[in-house]
Amino acid sequence: MADTVESNISEGSNISGASISKDGNRPLVEVNLVKWHFIMGIAFLLVSMLAGFLYSLQFMQIYPLKGIAFFSPGRWRFVHTNGVAYGFIANVFLGMLHWVVPRLTLRPAASRSLGYFIFFAWQGILVATVIGLLMGQAQALEWGETPVWIDPVALLGLILVAINFIAPIMKVSGPLYVTMWYFMAAFVWTVLVYAMGNFLPEYHMNGVAAGAIGGLFIHDLVGLFVTPLGWGMMYYFVPIILRKPIWSHGLSLVGFWGLAFFYPLNGIHHFLYTPIPMFLQYGAVISTIAVELVVTTVIFNFFMTLRGSGDMLRRSIPIRWFYTGMIFYFTTCFQCAFQTTLTFQQIIHFTDWVVGHAHLVMFGVFGFWLLGTMVYLLPRVLGRTRWYSESLHEWHYWITAISMLVMFFDLTIAGLIQGYMWKELASWESTLKASAPFWMIRSISGTAMIFAQFIFAYNVLMTWLGKPSKEAAMDRAVATDEEGLAPA
Amino acid sequence: MLESKSGVFFVAGLAFFGIAFIVMGALPYTIYRGLPEESVADMIQEHGIVPEFVELAEKFPTQFKEYYGECNVESFEAALRRGHRIYIGEACWHCHSQFVRPVSKESSRWGPVAHAREYNNELQRPVLFGTRRVGPDLSREAGRRSNDWHIAHFYKPTNVVPSSVMPEYSWFFDDDGYPNRDGMAIIMYVQWLGSWIDEYPYYLGEGPKGPGSAENIDMSGVE
Repeated sequence: MADTVESNISEGSNISGASISKDGNRPLVEVNLVKWHFIMGIAFLLVSMLAGFLYSLQFMQIYPLKGIAFFSPGRWRFVHTNGVAYGFIANVFLGMLHWVVPRLTLRPAASRSLGYFIFFAWQGILVATVIGLLMGQAQALEWGETPVWIDPVALLGLILVAINFIAPIMKVSGPLYVTMWYFMAAFVWTVLVYAMGNFLPEYHMNGVAAGAIGGLFIHDLVGLFVTPLGWGMMYYFVPIILRKPIWSHGLSLVGFWGLAFFYPLNGIHHFLYTPIPMFLQYGAVISTIAVELVVTTVIFNFFMTLRGSGDMLRRSIPIRWFYTGMIFYFTTCFQCAFQTTLTFQQIIHFTDWVVGHAHLVMFGVFGFWLLGTMVYLLPRVLGRTRWYSESLHEWHYWITAISMLVMFFDLTIAGLIQGYMWKELASWESTLKASAPFWMIRSISGTAMIFAQFIFAYNVLMTWLGKPSKEAAMDRAVATDEEGLAPA
Repeated sequence: MLESKSGVFFVAGLAFFGIAFIVMGALPYTIYRGLPEESVADMIQEHGIVPEFVELAEKFPTQFKEYYGECNVESFEAALRRGHRIYIGEACWHCHSQFVRPVSKESSRWGPVAHAREYNNELQRPVLFGTRRVGPDLSREAGRRSNDWHIAHFYKPTNVVPSSVMPEYSWFFDDDGYPNRDGMAIIMYVQWLGSWIDEYPYYLGEGPKGPGSAENIDMSGVE
């Protein structure tokens, strides 16, 4: 992977974050924080995927840990979704922010010790969440099942994160780069969304009105926390790796402001046909379609940026993860523009179609982007010049991408079958029988996906331990051969 | 404004979020403010204790006395609250909806379409519309099946429904195989869902006759 090596040379002085910030003697990037957030992110990725796999066995009636309350499949489903959102995605994002924000602002985060405090506090919150969920203390808010007594602590953590990273941004004068728009907005939104979703329906509102807030929370968690951090990350890493600017700054503006305006209006599309006033349901559907149009401009901008550098899809693993994620992003948003219409909702609501969509968004898009970012940054933060193995990256990528696609199509088809069978008033048991083969394929593709992440984790570990890479040995062998042949 | 700190912070971050919150959150809240939230005690006073609770007390007198004391309004309320907590903690709401939609012939299968007032009570905090139907909708479950069916089903669902993918909840039972405090609570919660509708239970395609029943809903135009 030529680009990693090249970039390593050009950024050599920064491998250990050695460059000194404008503000004094503190290193610009607190490399250890990047490293440990990544490591914990990978750990939670493996835990939550195993939780999902365990839970999926119940669907094949072969759950191995029957009759133990602590291993109740339903409780492990909580661990699966919350582990992915707050353990994997949030951790890797935090690591990425500790790298990107100081480099773009040329100032370190507000406080070094605050960064470490947030790191330990966040892991504590995660462990407490997992234990609370496994003890049956969930809150009935999807993606926010965190037990109610942890919510205020988690919110405080998010506020501290915002303070830590907004501080250096505030010191920058003049217009901000695209990445900073997304990050800055994401810090504000995440705090607001978390407070709104976790407290209002539990303590202040009830019934259908609280349902509307729940819909906003589910949607905004993806749309206003994960999505802006993800796109901000793309606007930073894609130009750096491709070594050229984003194709159109105007389209970047359209993308950001379009997303900022339309995304928060989407939430109610999760609860169509409920007693929530119909005009609001129509409003949510229309703004969802508007988001799809905005997304098209962003995707177009990024593919025009790639134009002329298509070879990088082959040569650079991070670019490959990023652009595969973008194709999936376009797919999910395109799908979204249709599936939120009332026509599609009749059939697909409550079916596995939605589960397939959620997996493609959370893993196929943001998971892929975060994996790409880690592939790019991990050798740097681990103080290595190259990965232990490039071929393991190929295996990781191809197994993950193929099994992701298999799972997506499998669940989408299953959803259509379930929806139509329900509509035809088929007996409930016959719909279960019809779903059984799809649930088996889901578990198999999930197994492949988890296997691929273990390949990645192994590669990370070997790189961290500084094991000599196979490719490096081969390069040397080839070089010696060539030298030997040269005189002849 | 478009690329400045204050523009992003105040306009995109605060204002756009605020507009969406007012339109999509505060507006439905004001619309439904006239519908006051009912407490569990209010609901019981209005609709009574479900007969299945009395049956449970008669069938397992020793256990019932130990867990809930007398069979009265207070003990029924305690059972419902406990059942609701279990329903959330065990993720029942991730595989069962509580929401009959006005489309896809759902009223033939489950019973009357969901109404806003059904969600304005303490045990819908936060609201339990549900997200996925691996198992059936439960909002019209009251009286549809017997206590005995539920006891057998919670213990080992495949004994009753061979193709069921519902987990076994053996921790709802004591060492002798009788439902324990949690078991009685979750069964009561499920037997209560939909009992506030004038006529129940509902079965596929043969709901009770009368206003609001499955047969009387005009299905034309919603397919």
